[in-house]
Amino acid sequence: MVDTKIEPTAAGAGGVAAEDKERRFSWRITGRWVGITGLLAFLVAPIVPLFVWSISFRWFYPAILPTEYSARAWTEVITPHNDVLGVAWNTALIALVVTALSILLGVPAGRALGLYEFRGKRLVEWMILAPIIVPGLAVVLGIHVLFIRAGLSNSIPGVILVHLVPTLPYMTLVMSGVFANYDTDFELQARSLGASRWATQRLITLPAIFPGVVVGALFAFIISWSQYVLTLLIGGGQVQTLPLLLFGFVRSDPAIAGALSVVFILPAVIVLLLSSRYLSGDNAAVGGIGNI
Amino acid sequence: MTQVTLSGLTKIFDEKSPPAVDQLDLEIESGKLTALLGPSGCGKTTTMKMIAGLLRPTSGDISFDGDSILSIPPEDRGAVMVFQNYLLFPYMTIAENIGFGLKMRKVDRKEIRTRVTDMLDLVQLPGFEDRKPRQLSGGQQQRIALARALIVQPNVLLLDEPLSNLDAHLRDEMRELIRRIQTEMGITTVFVTHDQEEAVVLADRIALLFDGRLQQFDVPDAFFESPQSVEIAKFFGGTNFIPGRYEGGEITTAIGRFRAPRSAVAGGDAVLSIRPEAVTLGADGGNSVMGRIRSHVYVGRYARFRVTLGDIEVEAVTDPGQVKLFNDGDEVPVTFDSNKIWVIGPAAAHE
Repeated sequence: MVDTKIEPTAAGAGGVAAEDKERRFSWRITGRWVGITGLLAFLVAPIVPLFVWSISFRWFYPAILPTEYSARAWTEVITPHNDVLGVAWNTALIALVVTALSILLGVPAGRALGLYEFRGKRLVEWMILAPIIVPGLAVVLGIHVLFIRAGLSNSIPGVILVHLVPTLPYMTLVMSGVFANYDTDFELQARSLGASRWATQRLITLPAIFPGVVVGALFAFIISWSQYVLTLLIGGGQVQTLPLLLFGFVRSDPAIAGALSVVFILPAVIVLLLSSRYLSGDNAAVGGIGNI
Repeated sequence: MTQVTLSGLTKIFDEKSPPAVDQLDLEIESGKLTALLGPSGCGKTTTMKMIAGLLRPTSGDISFDGDSILSIPPEDRGAVMVFQNYLLFPYMTIAENIGFGLKMRKVDRKEIRTRVTDMLDLVQLPGFEDRKPRQLSGGQQQRIALARALIVQPNVLLLDEPLSNLDAHLRDEMRELIRRIQTEMGITTVFVTHDQEEAVVLADRIALLFDGRLQQFDVPDAFFESPQSVEIAKFFGGTNFIPGRYEGGEITTAIGRFRAPRSAVAGGDAVLSIRPEAVTLGADGGNSVMGRIRSHVYVGRYARFRVTLGDIEVEAVTDPGQVKLFNDGDEVPVTFDSNKIWVIGPAAAHE
């Protein structure tokens, strides 16, 4: 008697639990779709009107779409005399060097901040955050004077150096978050098993911090790629990058500006999509940003 | 087979606090299983890391078979440490984890594969090659960590709290596995533990450390039969200590005079120590005094009585049947078997 009474209840409870699980599961899928749709809406949708601009010839109020189309703007972008591709290459080169330098400097700095307690650590953290907090224009005016004296103004190395001012803090902070969750005993274990210092870095440390490096590098690349004020002031018009070129066309020729914008945005979107799997919420690197 | 000698080994982390390891001299026998035992924070893991080369000693020396190895980096020492939390590399498969040490030694791929398979058989996890560490239970991870260390045939195997993260039944299994493999391969093995029972069951010799200092280095039974201080006796579950004066094989205490041929001191102020299992109630033989039973606990396998002898209280662990013979408040003769009494120097000298 007792058995028959208990059994259906237990089965019932199991059924409810299973149903509950299923519902939660479907919520997760819905959430993912909302996320993807949102991402597309905010990232891709703004590019659509830009693209429409770039192929329009006549587009006046109140027409929803251009009344006449033309490939003029794209021809202008591609023709050699405007050297858009050259400038794009320049911009990419600067951004890549800036990213590489940010990794080289930011990873060790982040390791020190994330793993060790030392005197003046708070001060160092504030110094690293300062370039993000203080308006860039104020900083760069001071730097400009210094760079002129050092012969770094109006040159690509100067521009690369000044781009590090906003990129390094991001790289360092992301990496300090990664290292705060990192167990250095893994490195000791590898050494003990016979791995040299270098092999340990390559086989143990790097795979563990790789997602963080990707996220930090992404920040660095995009910040450098879209930098306007710093490039303008330190480059002094001698160093041309896409943002500078784009800004010049915004007033004079919206069609070309539209075409340039597409060229400008595409690499950022591609980089973002390539690294999207490292940007998921349960990633330690993203968690690190949350810790700031 | 490697003999490990520590001489004057000292580690100071912070000038303001006492040394983590203080002037440690230890002769770890070749091919034997030695336990570093002590409460947490006594410097056992620090000592182990110094042997492995993962921590630089402040002073002193470590030698393997008589040659100092301080200048040799950890990867070339052949002293492999297995950490308490296993630390299987999460990005690698089980086979890659176990083969890691051989890969670092540039052994060719085919040979690594065969030896990994052999190792998995040895730790009784055959067919686990392609799994990832997170798919394994704690006990399985522990065995993989052991296999990963053993595959390189280390000179010295260092195990940090090898059983502490395991459930009770897994612990017995693991203990047997470690013992069996260690005997088979004859590797000089040092393991760290805070659990005296674990040390006693597993080790050939135990080095007991308090506050970074070596207290006693001996075979397991010596810690029960002839501990060198009251603290050591207490750490090994001793509870009965009665101060007195020792002279000519007899110790005179506040509750009487006892014959005690076994002692750590020649004479003078001393402490009579007797393990609770050696205290018998009821039988009036030699070395007896009258006591009054204050309380008792029935544990099942045994019974524990607390008995007052004048101002002194002693504990007796007896056959469980004795709870039927005595009631609380009864007067009973309490006997200290003279061969089980161990006379230690006064406690104050060790403070």
